[in-house]
Amino acid sequence: MPRLPLEGIRIVAMPVVLAGPFAVMLLGDLGAEVILVESILHFPPITRGALPRPPQFIVPTTGETSGGATGGLTTYVNHEAGERPWDRFSLFNAGGRNKLSCCIDLTRPEGLDVFRRLIKVSDVFMESYAAGVLEKLGLTYDTIREVKPDIIYLSMPGLGGTGCHKDATMFGAQLQALAGHTWLTRYPDLDYTTTQSQLFHCDASSGATAAFGILCALHYRNRTGKGQYIDLAQIETLIPHLGEAVMDYTMNQRVQHPMGNRHPSMTPHGVYRCRGEDRWVAISVSSDEEWEGLCRAIGNPTWAKEERFCDALSRWRNQDELDRLIEDWTSQHDHYEVMHILQREGVPAGPVMDQRDAYHDAQLISRGFFEVVSHREAGTHLYPGMLWKMPKTPMSIRRPPPCLGEHNDYVFRDVLGMSEDEVAELEKENIIGGDTYLV
Amino acid sequence: MVEQALSDVMVVDLTWHIAGPYCTKLLADYGAEVIKVEKPGQGDPARRMGPFLGDIPDPEKSGVFLHLNTNKKGITLNLKSATGQKMFKDLVRNADIVVESFRPGVMARLGLDYESLNEIKPQLMMTSISNFGQTGPYRDFKATEIVEYAMGGEMYSTGIAGREPLKLGGNVVQYQAGTVAAVATMGAFIGARYQDISQHVDVSIMETQAGTIDRRMVFLLGYAYGGVLTNRWPPPRESVKMMFLPAGVYPCKDGFVNVLSLPHWWPRYIEALGVPELREDRFQNLYNMELTEEFDAIWYSWLADHTKDEVFEIFRRHQLAAAPVSTPMDVLANAHLKDRQYFQEIEHPVAGRLVYPGVPFNMSETPAQDRRPAPLLGEHNEEIYSKILGYKEDDLIRLKERGVI
Repeated sequence: MPRLPLEGIRIVAMPVVLAGPFAVMLLGDLGAEVILVESILHFPPITRGALPRPPQFIVPTTGETSGGATGGLTTYVNHEAGERPWDRFSLFNAGGRNKLSCCIDLTRPEGLDVFRRLIKVSDVFMESYAAGVLEKLGLTYDTIREVKPDIIYLSMPGLGGTGCHKDATMFGAQLQALAGHTWLTRYPDLDYTTTQSQLFHCDASSGATAAFGILCALHYRNRTGKGQYIDLAQIETLIPHLGEAVMDYTMNQRVQHPMGNRHPSMTPHGVYRCRGEDRWVAISVSSDEEWEGLCRAIGNPTWAKEERFCDALSRWRNQDELDRLIEDWTSQHDHYEVMHILQREGVPAGPVMDQRDAYHDAQLISRGFFEVVSHREAGTHLYPGMLWKMPKTPMSIRRPPPCLGEHNDYVFRDVLGMSEDEVAELEKENIIGGDTYLV
Repeated sequence: MVEQALSDVMVVDLTWHIAGPYCTKLLADYGAEVIKVEKPGQGDPARRMGPFLGDIPDPEKSGVFLHLNTNKKGITLNLKSATGQKMFKDLVRNADIVVESFRPGVMARLGLDYESLNEIKPQLMMTSISNFGQTGPYRDFKATEIVEYAMGGEMYSTGIAGREPLKLGGNVVQYQAGTVAAVATMGAFIGARYQDISQHVDVSIMETQAGTIDRRMVFLLGYAYGGVLTNRWPPPRESVKMMFLPAGVYPCKDGFVNVLSLPHWWPRYIEALGVPELREDRFQNLYNMELTEEFDAIWYSWLADHTKDEVFEIFRRHQLAAAPVSTPMDVLANAHLKDRQYFQEIEHPVAGRLVYPGVPFNMSETPAQDRRPAPLLGEHNEEIYSKILGYKEDDLIRLKERGVI
């Protein structure tokens, strides 16, 4: 069996919420040994649940979305928080694969000592706490580097490690507002209060960018022996993703406005109602060729030949009417059916898929996107899997998401070679070990 | 010149539009020598995408092209001609990585598929970025930003109930695919360099959405765990809230703010809003939704008295989470980003001196260098073909006459 690219690389990680866990998940998928350092004495909110033991009435029930800004992210297995809610929480478990978990109390000197021993035998340390948290623990790059001179140390607070607002409390929702993404995402006819986007692109962009940063630093260390510190501000990973709007402003001093589902040049461009309850298909046409394909697909209706739709500019100007006519056709068909009919004629189209559609989707299934995972506390389910294919070193979910402290033994005894007595003594004081929150 | 993280890496870049170029931009911004290969006379279709400087369509004035191709070198090459294919292979012999974003099957038709290239360069790492991947029933399907978000992403639950699903603003799905492709490329490259496993990485834009954490991935597991189908919420948001604390976008004096609350922040709210009434016993049960109306009356009237920057400032001081809904103009003027010297000015021979988004992370040992502008079409033909491939000046003229470069 060929070795995965990052086999032999050990990453100590303290990621919270979404972005940080996503970053180390990608590195774990590539074969790195990712060790999460958690603590039974400090509950990181959202990461393993809103509360360690949520009252049943805030646990969402079947078929409903939950409330609050974390929305549908917060599902417990079978809607039961159970004895160990933190091990049954969808948000943590979705990105938890290929990671190990140990518990160390970093607020006490003995815990810090164990942590430094772990750093000594590791290649990378990363954390995604708010700016200043690691500093308070005495775990800055400078102190970590004393223990392990060639360590790669990545911090990824929302606004970075420097700057006048670095202490602001920021989640993905706030970062996407501050970066200008919320501004660009809404129905043109409604104001922002109804946008209610639960999708925080900033977590996506910063998680993947952080993984890329660590890989760059690993390559540099491999060839020079030098580690380094990476200061990643999550907002600065999102702004480049909005390049068109930023450049329009810096070039033309123009503030771009949200277009909903429309496009500056393509028509038709949007989602269209299909047969069934709340079923939709996305269609976009970027050329005359594709327009002709669309006309063929819907049986060359006479309206398509009319003056108002005769060229790309006319279609753009008359898109309200055009959209209604297209919807008359799509609404007679199933959303997948529309995709197949249009794709056969070379028109970009695809169903707006809910989760059930995704689990049944021919493409995702054919590429083996879903993987069966058995988890001690959560049971056996199909999990979404790898983000790309690497045939010679196939990646997979090699380990289920870790339960809290599941790998205490491995980390303290095998990795650090601590004696039974030492472990027992530190465990007695709750400095290391444990698998149940005491808070 | 200070060494950069990827200074020893050479990339041949056969990508266009947004996703592929963003992947190779990340490599180039951190020091890799990226040689962008474009079609003679036309170049990357992104050169024809707006916005344009001064709204004048010009292949050297497209904002999106300028942004996506900083630090790259540009050559032109006709890959449909046999001579062009031979020259491409010569280039690959000198490269560590090839990244391409043609439709699946095109590279094979050109005789430039991974197997052929790997023969001439055994340690080659190649990344292919496509809409749905190199295999599967949708392999040859067409897609755009909105189609990818509909299929791979969480469009179904973006927007509000009773209305159509809503696309995220901009082309973020394409950018995210490029970012993930950069991770895949560097990961596989490290395998090729240090473990001698060269291979062909297959990135499907659909899967980069479905597998990205804030998107499909967590929602998909929610479905597996409890059959939860997320959908678009009905306004007002109060109908789906579990506690009366603010969550979502609210109007304030001069715009909108995005607010998020955790239950244990309630004492901070009492301090931040400075409304004595909130100290009363009845307000201490956050889950009593009957108090929503009363709380909102206080909250909305407080917001009406404060600008979005004031809300941000007060919340920042009280360790609460609020941010102004910023326009691109606000973003460029943001004091914090200025303090970090995030935005960068780059001089371009045709577009002139412009402000660009900066690099997305700072490396202490290998800081980003002064940035080079995006290449003009064929700008580096002479340099690359002469220096690397050893062609003479009169060879280049002949190749140009024959439409190869």
